Amino acid sequence: MLSRIWTIAAQEIRIGIRNRWILLATLILAVFSLALALLGSAPAGTLGVDRLTITVASLASLSVYLVPLIALLLAFDAICGEIDRGTLLMTLSCPISRTEFLAGKALGHTLVLTFALVIGYGLTAALLVTLGAGSVAGLPDFVRLIATSVLLGVSFLAIGYVLSALTRQPGTAAAAAIAVWLIMVVLYDLALLGALVANPSGTFASDLFPYAVLLNPADAFRLFNLAALGASELVGGMAGVSDSLPFDPAFALVSLTVFAALALSLSALLIRRITP
Amino acid sequence: MTNSNLSVQSVSKRFSAQKAVDDVSFSLEPGERVALLGHNGAGKTTLFKIILGFLKRDGGAISVLGAAPGSSPARNATAYLPEAVAFPPSLTGKEVLSFYARLKGQKPAKALPLLDKVGLSEAAGRRVGTYSKGMRQRLGLAQALVGRPRLVLLDEPTTGLDPISRQTVYELIGEIADQGATVLLSSHALTELEARTDRILIMSKGRLVADDALSSLREQAGLPIRMKIRTRPGAVQEVAAQLGGGRMNGRSVEFDCGLDDKIKALTAISALGSLVEDVDVHAPSLDDVYRHFSKTVQKEA
Repeated sequence: MLSRIWTIAAQEIRIGIRNRWILLATLILAVFSLALALLGSAPAGTLGVDRLTITVASLASLSVYLVPLIALLLAFDAICGEIDRGTLLMTLSCPISRTEFLAGKALGHTLVLTFALVIGYGLTAALLVTLGAGSVAGLPDFVRLIATSVLLGVSFLAIGYVLSALTRQPGTAAAAAIAVWLIMVVLYDLALLGALVANPSGTFASDLFPYAVLLNPADAFRLFNLAALGASELVGGMAGVSDSLPFDPAFALVSLTVFAALALSLSALLIRRITP
Repeated sequence: MTNSNLSVQSVSKRFSAQKAVDDVSFSLEPGERVALLGHNGAGKTTLFKIILGFLKRDGGAISVLGAAPGSSPARNATAYLPEAVAFPPSLTGKEVLSFYARLKGQKPAKALPLLDKVGLSEAAGRRVGTYSKGMRQRLGLAQALVGRPRLVLLDEPTTGLDPISRQTVYELIGEIADQGATVLLSSHALTELEARTDRILIMSKGRLVADDALSSLREQAGLPIRMKIRTRPGAVQEVAAQLGGGRMNGRSVEFDCGLDDKIKALTAISALGSLVEDVDVHAPSLDDVYRHFSKTVQKEA
């Protein structure tokens, strides 16, 4: 079983290397994170906070946008694309179960994403440390950022598989993936913000808003990372948010994990119903 | 029946309004090469998908080497090549074959000699995206041969191939059958199947309308032999009169005769002596036989 899952995963990684997907994802993450680290933190020099930590705060915001996008683009083709090309028929006529097939895809894509994050963000961390701008003390923050980014990526990979199992054409799946990204990453936040601004002291702001943040994996990810940084009062746009929450910020991590698990289970359920 | 590699009994499948497979029964023995013929939409691919366990049948029973379709013993012993597969273009032929070998639980090193067998050893290190259609089809065939399957299902393996590639495909099919595997291939290129298959199944509108060796099907169809006699200039009327009719067409006389009357007709023609310049004897081809069996169903329907 494990060898079959690994065979599928290795195939995904190999294809990712060949069509330069891995290179592109790594490059995007590296360029944006370097730009944020070198330009964005310039005015923070007087705050007395480690630069690496400040950078982690900006990178958390970067991850919220880029990681879901990369994950959805990796995943949308996974099932409907293979149906379209006829390879799913051939693969599933081999002695491999559909769950194993999906697990292999997920493992391969997660490793691709992890590689891009480690190298892309790692370059930035290495640069800051060698420049003497950051200390090794900030490294745990960095590791936490990468680990939670991977978890965020898995959530959106799973959403991508669900979309891929529900649509018949890769083009439709791609359009749906972009729509999901727009809604969950951009519009969801805007809607929450709008509701908050409209009535800052109502029941929504105090009772519903924190849980609405928890429900969306992208927001849960940002909440957890900013709250975990001791310096969130200084650097975060959501200043002091962790103090006003009705729950422990660790719940955001739990919510993110539960979301990823549920979405993966849903995609595993959907792939069983497919006729390749 | 117990030693059949594939047994299909009264299998039916209905898609909303249309019967895709309608009460189909047959069984295939080890070492048989069987062609499944039918026009587009006759239900060939649907039948394959039912045998592989991808589609649920509405009724009937199927046994693949004694196991249920889609079960792991069935899948372990079955190989399938779908119609029109697009392998990942950025991978090499060797990588694609290794991938499928691993999925089938075989060591890639043991599967790679198959590339020699299908004539792809030189192209093994090249990307599949650079392959011609024939090369991709041969790669698919190599994939189907990994691990010595006992039942090989090939969906239109020769469609779009040039005559030489087709011949290679049929040679390979012969080799697989010689090793004791059953090969079931679908096709609508009929004439090339003569002498290359042991048995022919014909499907039309979801029903199995014929199941026999080609020569027996010819007999059953009872199609006439067409004779075309080219006469000396001006002798058309005379020849037609002597042979008792037939259609006149310029300098030629054409008529149909039954299989039993073939020699008699030829004797009569040779008796005409110098009135005749040339004779064409056109035996019914597989195309004609196929058309005969598909038509009978359409008339009934």
